Amino acid sequence: MAAGVAAWLPFARAAAIGWMPVANLPMPVAPTEKNKRQDELIILNVSGRRFQTWRNTLDRYPDTLLGSSEKEFFYNEETKEYFFDRDPDVFRSVLNFYRTGKLHYPRYECISSYDEELAFFGIVPEIIGDCCYEEYKDRKRENAERLMDDQEDNKDAKLPNMTFRETMWRAFENPHTSTMALVFYYVTGFFIAVSVITNVVETVPCGSAPNQKEVPCGERYTVAFFCMDTACVMIFTVEYLMRLFAAPSRYRFMRSVMSIIDVVAILPYYIGLVMTDNEDVSGAFVTLRVFRVFRIFKFSRHSQGLRILGYTLKSCASELGFLLFSLTMAIIIFATVMFYAEKGSSSSKFTSIPASFWYTIVTMTTLGYGDMVPKTIAGKIFGSICSLSGVLVIALPVPVIVSNFSRIYHQNQRADKRRAQKVQKARLARIRISKTGSSSAFLHSKRNGLFNEALELTNSTEDEQRLSKSTSLLESQHHHLLHCLEKTTNHEFVDEQYYQQSYLEAGLQNYPSRSPSLSSQDGVTGTCCTRRSKKHHTPLPNASAPAHMQPLTHTHTHPQGLQELSTIHIQPLSTSRSSLNMRVDEPAPLNCQSSQITTAIISIPTPPVTTPEGDAHLPAGPTHQNVVKVSAL
Amino acid sequence: MSCRKRCKREIFRFAQYLFRLITGSLNTDSVEDELELSAVRHRPEGLEQLEAQTRFSRKELQILYRGFKNECPSGVVNEETFKDIYSQFFPQGDASTYAHFLFNAFDTDHNGSVSFEDFVMGLSILLRGTVQEKLNWAFNLYDINKDGYITKEEMLDIMKAIYDMMGKCTYPVLKEETPRQHVEVFFQKMDKNKDGVVTIDEFIDCCQNDENIMRSMHLFENVL
Repeated sequence: MAAGVAAWLPFARAAAIGWMPVANLPMPVAPTEKNKRQDELIILNVSGRRFQTWRNTLDRYPDTLLGSSEKEFFYNEETKEYFFDRDPDVFRSVLNFYRTGKLHYPRYECISSYDEELAFFGIVPEIIGDCCYEEYKDRKRENAERLMDDQEDNKDAKLPNMTFRETMWRAFENPHTSTMALVFYYVTGFFIAVSVITNVVETVPCGSAPNQKEVPCGERYTVAFFCMDTACVMIFTVEYLMRLFAAPSRYRFMRSVMSIIDVVAILPYYIGLVMTDNEDVSGAFVTLRVFRVFRIFKFSRHSQGLRILGYTLKSCASELGFLLFSLTMAIIIFATVMFYAEKGSSSSKFTSIPASFWYTIVTMTTLGYGDMVPKTIAGKIFGSICSLSGVLVIALPVPVIVSNFSRIYHQNQRADKRRAQKVQKARLARIRISKTGSSSAFLHSKRNGLFNEALELTNSTEDEQRLSKSTSLLESQHHHLLHCLEKTTNHEFVDEQYYQQSYLEAGLQNYPSRSPSLSSQDGVTGTCCTRRSKKHHTPLPNASAPAHMQPLTHTHTHPQGLQELSTIHIQPLSTSRSSLNMRVDEPAPLNCQSSQITTAIISIPTPPVTTPEGDAHLPAGPTHQNVVKVSAL
Repeated sequence: MSCRKRCKREIFRFAQYLFRLITGSLNTDSVEDELELSAVRHRPEGLEQLEAQTRFSRKELQILYRGFKNECPSGVVNEETFKDIYSQFFPQGDASTYAHFLFNAFDTDHNGSVSFEDFVMGLSILLRGTVQEKLNWAFNLYDINKDGYITKEEMLDIMKAIYDMMGKCTYPVLKEETPRQHVEVFFQKMDKNKDGVVTIDEFIDCCQNDENIMRSMHLFENVL
């Protein structure tokens, strides 16, 4: 319940009088305020600055330091005030939280000092309002990064007992750790460069013998190039195998992008070794050599910028996708238009719509090769519109991509994004839990409620004091309100799981229809009270979370308290779902509510059934039984 | 000819539009009349007057006003805020329909907002009034169109609103005809002459004869 709304609780309770004439059951007893204090001002002295507020304001959040009795530790007898030796500026935000129900994060405040103050006063930072939450999370993330960077710098100090494998892996990942690693780094870089240059030079036409046509260098100096290629591939293979050996998780390493690039780079050579002189397959082999160009991607291990570029493109996938999609759409539209516009003219190159695609693409990207030009006037008009719109369509997503790149380049937050997503999910989960907290708190306290009332009846004061601390007065009043609503409508609040189960049970259970002759006083009384008493259970003082399915209790507020008490203790400890459907014969027949409820409906001879069981939802039952189920009159 | 004048005007407007399109000034910063949200500020009557009109003491009025002003700084509650506040007490169900009826019951002068005086008068009846007054208030709540009779339809609306507050997860499972049946029961109890409506006298009469109702009327007396 929000803080300010707590002030309206008296109003909500007063308005509950509107339900009274409609209700059929008597209402539960209202919780009494045991020590009704007049609202008083309390003084909070925080490092010399005095804050004053009503005691009720602080009592709104009983699970924080100021709202609970923990603040008594800080009470100063001589000055009659509570003294806290903390930062008064941050305390302002803390106190405002009590007053308005919203926690704000001041921008000028250091994040770690703010966190410390919140921890001291027992406030969870997750409840920071939406207005300030983004800022808070950003600052917190930055701080965490900074701490992590510091840690990483410390991590480089060599740990004494690392295995050879771990040392090797560290050397691969971070070349600056040792000179060996650095040497290895530069050597591999050099060979990547050599390999790429060889691939390129292979295809350059070298000077040839005068009688023959120009041959590429590759075919002229076959042996030399082959040796060079072999050497490079051997180095790459050795490097790959060493990385594979050193990787902490080989499976994950093999799945990573870099290792796939490595494999693709060296595979053509081996395939070429295997199938040497087969004529028709060698054509395919030649195309495989194209993949050798992938060796250039191996440079990305050596260059931070390349990695960031790759990551940018990955993160801008949606913008790129949008660009592609809109281009495709525009291409198809304009190609169609151009085709039909140029259909009339003779010897037009626009032979079909797919043929017009080429023209559209070239025009939209403002290339304008000129191999296809429109000749009709309509074609020229549409062609100009096409080129204008091409500029627009391409220009739009580009700034987004550029800004993305610069952002990522400056922040370099690859892993942080992944971490942030997990935290966001956790935050939403915690907020959801706190929101359902109020409703589950009611269900929770209902289970304790019976215990409380039973204790009250037997006047055992010590236990009462122990349990009465668990819920504040505000909460107990709120629960009383909800209880009145239950009585008015003759239905109970249950938690989600219980509801699902009972819903299913109602559908599944095939109950034989009861004959109207079951109107005998004892029979129905027996069943009515049996069913009701099944729901009693020996309440455990620390009732667990709703996951543990405990059936709910009725609070019988009639004078037969002692009888109830005995019933409570007779019942077995665990009433599972199955036992709920068992017809347990009660040894001590309970006195139902029947005696107190006036039967105004003369037609019904049976005494009222207060709550029908899930299994008694008879669609085919006689109508008067349905009325009995609901009215309880 | 009005027709010709209209045509001319239209053409002129179109020409203006074209001109603006060409020169690129189509989105003129049209000075829209700022809907000055007439900030409804309401100051309640003095403490002495309220003390005289209601049955609360000074201190109680002070406490009530502080809570009221905290939640509604402008001094009046409109229906939306009212629904929000009331819904917070019933997290499992939908309290907006019932809050609407409640709002109408509190808004005695039907001006769409509940001021502090309305609020405090209502509370005075509910918490400190005689049983007669309380029953009167309840009748007023149920009588949606304030014609002095509660019809079955009105009662059904109220009943559905109350059952809505329970929400979905109830035991036993709420069924479609539950509110209707409850209304039937209510009418059988209250409608003595069986004419299909409940008048104020029938209502008060019947409630005074019902022990449960009488007892529950005194339930919230120590709320403040």
